[in-house]
Parts: sequence; C-alpha cells; structure tokens
Amino acid sequence: MGRRATIPRRPICTRPSAASGTRRHSAVSPPIHGLCSGPGAAFAIEGIPVTTQMDDGPAAATAAEEFLNRPTTVGQRVQAVLHRQPALSPAIVLVLAGFVFMLLSNRFLTLTNLSLVAQQVAVVGSLAVGQTVIILTAGIDLSVGAVMVLSSLVMSKLAYDNHVPGALALLIGAAVAVLAQAVNGVLVTKIKLPPFIVTLGTLSIFTAITLIYAKGQTIQLQPGAFLLWSAKSVSIGSLHLTTGVLMMIALYIVVGFALRYTAWGRHLYSVGDDAEASRLAGIQVSRVLLSAYMVAGLAIAVGAWILVGRVGGGDPNSGINANLESITAVVIGGTSLFGGRGRVIGSLIGALIVQVFDNGLALAGFDPNYQVLAVGVLVIAAVSVDQWIRSVKA
Amino acid sequence: MTGVNDGGPTTRSPVLEAKGLVKLFGRVVGLAGVDLTLYPGEVLAVIGDNGAGKSTLIQCLSGAMVPDEGGLLVDGSEVTFKRPQDARAAGIETVYQTLAVAPALDIASNLFLAREIRRKGPLGSILRMLDTGEMKRQASDHIKRLGISTLQNINQAVETLSGGQRQAVAVARAGAFGGKVVILDEPTAALGVRETAQVLKLVRDLRDQGLGVILISHNMPNVFDVADRIHIQRLGRGVGVITPKTHTMEDAVAIMTGARTLNAV
Repeated sequence: MGRRATIPRRPICTRPSAASGTRRHSAVSPPIHGLCSGPGAAFAIEGIPVTTQMDDGPAAATAAEEFLNRPTTVGQRVQAVLHRQPALSPAIVLVLAGFVFMLLSNRFLTLTNLSLVAQQVAVVGSLAVGQTVIILTAGIDLSVGAVMVLSSLVMSKLAYDNHVPGALALLIGAAVAVLAQAVNGVLVTKIKLPPFIVTLGTLSIFTAITLIYAKGQTIQLQPGAFLLWSAKSVSIGSLHLTTGVLMMIALYIVVGFALRYTAWGRHLYSVGDDAEASRLAGIQVSRVLLSAYMVAGLAIAVGAWILVGRVGGGDPNSGINANLESITAVVIGGTSLFGGRGRVIGSLIGALIVQVFDNGLALAGFDPNYQVLAVGVLVIAAVSVDQWIRSVKA
Repeated sequence: MTGVNDGGPTTRSPVLEAKGLVKLFGRVVGLAGVDLTLYPGEVLAVIGDNGAGKSTLIQCLSGAMVPDEGGLLVDGSEVTFKRPQDARAAGIETVYQTLAVAPALDIASNLFLAREIRRKGPLGSILRMLDTGEMKRQASDHIKRLGISTLQNINQAVETLSGGQRQAVAVARAGAFGGKVVILDEPTAALGVRETAQVLKLVRDLRDQGLGVILISHNMPNVFDVADRIHIQRLGRGVGVITPKTHTMEDAVAIMTGARTLNAV
C-alpha cells in the first residue's frame, strides 16, 4: 500500500493560485480522491463530501507503510510458515531425533524397533486425539487417563466377571467413556466452571470409582477373548503392528477429516479462537464444547480398548501417567494451549517424539531419566515456539 | 447519489419496527419503552450518551438480548427473537462493536461462519464435507460486489488484517447476508480517518442497495455525514428523531445530553 507517495500534495504545489486551491482542499473530496487513487480506489468516494480532515494522512501513512513493507527477515518468514503449519516444527524435531538416534545405535532404524515404537505409542496416541479436540477449544482435560482406565476396566470386568459378550462389553465400556466425558462437558458448559478445575475434580472421582469398582483386583482375560482383538498382530513384511495401532491411525484419519473438512471442525476452531465472537456469529458455543468432550470420549474408548489389549485385561493401576502424557503429546505437537490453533496429526508426531526419545536413549545406553529430562525441555520449547508463532502479523 | 427519499420514508412501509421495548437489569432501567422505525433504503443513526440504552436497544433488535416487554415487526409482521440466529433468519445482520470475527480463520471462512456450504452429493450429505471452493468463490463475489478492495487475499487469516480490514470483513458479512436490515454498532470507533471513510462508504453502499441500515455511533460528524434520520436515546428513552437537514450537531448534542428537549430546539 505504499504506492501513492507521489500524489497527495501535488494539487497545491502545481497550482500557483494556491489560495482558493488550499481552501477547497481541506473542505471537500479532492484530497481523499488523491489519497485513495492507489489500490484503495474503490473508496475514493466520488462526489460525496467527506468532512473529515485527511490532509495530514498521506505523509504519515506513507512513512508507516514503507516501514510495514520493509523486506521480511528470515525469522519472519519462518514464523509465517510455522503459523500456517503448526505441525511442522514437531515434524522437524521428530526427523532430527530419528536421525541422531540412528547414528547413536544401529538398532534404532530397524523395522522391528519401529514396530515396537508404534505399538507403545498406540494408547497415548489415541488419548492425544481426544485431548487435542479439547485443547483446540481452549480447554484442557486432566481426566482422560482416568476415564480410559475406568472404561477399560468396565470392558474387561463385564466380559470376565459377568460373562457379557465381548462386543457388548466393549460398547458398554465405550458408552461409559462417552458418558464420563459428557459429565465433564456439562460441568464446563452449564455450570461454567473452568475445564482445568472440572477435570481436576473428575480425575479424582473417576479414579476413585475405578478403584472401588475394581476392588483392588486386576482382570486377566482368556487368550482369544474378543476384547483382546486390539492386540492381534498385523504383519506387513517385517513391520509387526497390531490392530490397535491401525485403530489409532484410523482414529487420526477420522478426527483429522472432521476437524479439517466439516463445519463442526471449523466451529471447534472458531470457538477455541474466540468464543464470544463465535456466539455472535451464530455458533451454539455450548453445543460445540459439549460435542468436543464427547468426541474425546470416543477417542478415549478406542484408547481403552487398545489398553485392554496391551494389558491383557483390566488393571486399575495401568495408565497412571497416560493423562499427562497425552497433554505432553498435544503440546509438543504444536497445538496451542490457548485454543483455536493446531492439527491433530501434530499430536501423533508429539506422541511419537516422546516414544522415540524413550526408545532411542535406551538403545544408545543412556540413563532413562534423560528421556524425562528431554521431554520436559521439549514441552517448554514447544510452548515457547507457540508463543512466538502466535505473535505473527502479515 | 443515493436512493433516498427526501421526506420519502413516510410514504413507504417500514422494514423494521420496534414498539415499546422495555428491558430491565435488576432495578436498572436499560430501556423504558422505546419505539423505533426503520425504512428500507435509509440510514438511521442511533445516538445517545453512555448508558442511554443504545447497545441494549441494538441487542434487542439483533436477537442478542430478549426484551422484557414490547414487540418487534419485520415487514409489518410480528416476530420474536430468542437468539441471534432468529434475527438473522429474518434478514437482520449485525456488525458488533467487538467485530465477532474468528481471528485464526481466513476471510472466506469468517464470511460463512455458522452458515457453511456443504458439498453436493454423498461427500456432503454423508461425510458432511464443506465446499471450501464454492465458499471462497462466493465470498470474493460478495466482496467484489461491495467494492471492498482492501481485502485482496481471501485466504488471509483475519488476525493478520488491520482494524479497518477486519471491520470490512464484518461489514461484508453483514452486507452479503443481510436480506433486509444491517445493524452496525460503533463501526468506526477503533478506526483511523481513512478507514472510517471506507466504512462509511460501505454504509452508503448498503443503503443504496435498498437495505435498511442502523448505525450506532458516538462520532457526530460521521453520523451527520451518512445518516438520513437520527434517533436520539436519553436515559433509556427515545427522546426524538431528527434529520441532518433540520438540525445541527449542536442541537443533537443538546438533546442527547438533556440540555434541550426536541420541541424547544
């Protein structure tokens, strides 16, 4: 917008009889005319008197615009790219980490090892889908891990103790997860409590219900039980995955599609971005928020099924850290804790980064505590990058 | 330059009418029985001091607030708005002071926020996929039709726009979908001189397309610049309607602040 530098004062300068010219200049439209003869020409309000004084405008605007149009630095360009693609920086970190661990250990980049990483990431990866959906609404869910353990216990206990058919037990377990998340959602939307407080409370409640229900016992399902289908191995060459891993990938595809290509997804981003603006634009904010928690419930149910497969049944003490790990994965994956920005695929990358550090450092013979240290550094780095990205201006 | 009607409004039927609107906030009187009439193809400015009930009045008209008493008529038929969507369905679009745009979404997405277009066929009906291409095409059509040349890249995120450009997005949305009435709440409050001129131009364009425009503003020169009639609010009451031809800015301010009454001017 800096291309009108030549025009503004010319009417005065070129006309010797400045007296009359100046007076008209400040009174009616010509200055504005000149002002807007750039690309803003549509606003050159033909023949309509505008009484606002605009004489001082051009000089100031030009200087400012020259500054605005100064060449962008490399940093600004990087910032703009990351702003558009929030999952890009974690992807780079993942590739770099993979490269370093490949150099440190020749066992790292083998299909057998990568299969192991994929299987280990399946549970947290599924939870991270639910966590992403909630964090995109500018919320947070501290209870996803607790809900998952409750759901997995309901599944296996119904099947083992009450001899409910496996598929029905699965459905009831999934319904428990969705219902538990609906409780979170209702508390957030109807009683208008902050999500952090709601889920801090329900974290305790769901954990307690799980322990009371389990009576301190773990359930070991018979091999071949329907619920263990999620641990069935699927081999592609020497890549040994499980159906659980494929279920997690399917979950990412479905939720990723919904977030990107449906009105629901767009409304979710919009609510996380600015809830009041979304309300005024006609979005039913409470409904969108509630749906986010319930969709997270479905993702948790998938995670619960995979957990049953990995544990071989129900264990009330499994998945203790799954909740914080899911938040870690989402944050490292570039999703903004302030809502409205992020991609669900980033959370998969985030979960993989954590797992690759775990696996790679172990293979390279480091103390496992370095993994914890590295993840902590990554979380802080990821949030710092987010803060920087959020300040972008085109 | 305009399609308006010097002395014309009275011969036409109003597009929007409010009768005896009352709104209380506890014991605080927001509106104490306000009447308002808006004709198609005119700009009706609403002015008043702080606390005069301008925003309350607008929120009642746009469905963001439900009046305790009183009625609304759109094209002569009675309506009740419980939510902003109801008003929108009746052809009333509002540009809020807070702009009501989602910063991270692009211009096209913002224009179609909460009224997205789905793809045709099973992709849309079963997978509920959005037709982003069509929305972008229509969005740039609307923007072109309204002559908003400051918005060049329809894919730009709104947060990267200037205040005037954001305002243009909000006005474009209202103009694109406002079937009958567009309400603008302080559209120029945060804008610079040039951006203000752009928005006022848009206001005139909307009027010239035959829409009824309600403009809330503190800025008297702006009001006297674009308004055909001026509704003055004072302490929750509508104290009179003047025109820029019959009254001066001093008159308006005097009536607004209670220094004079309309009859004494």
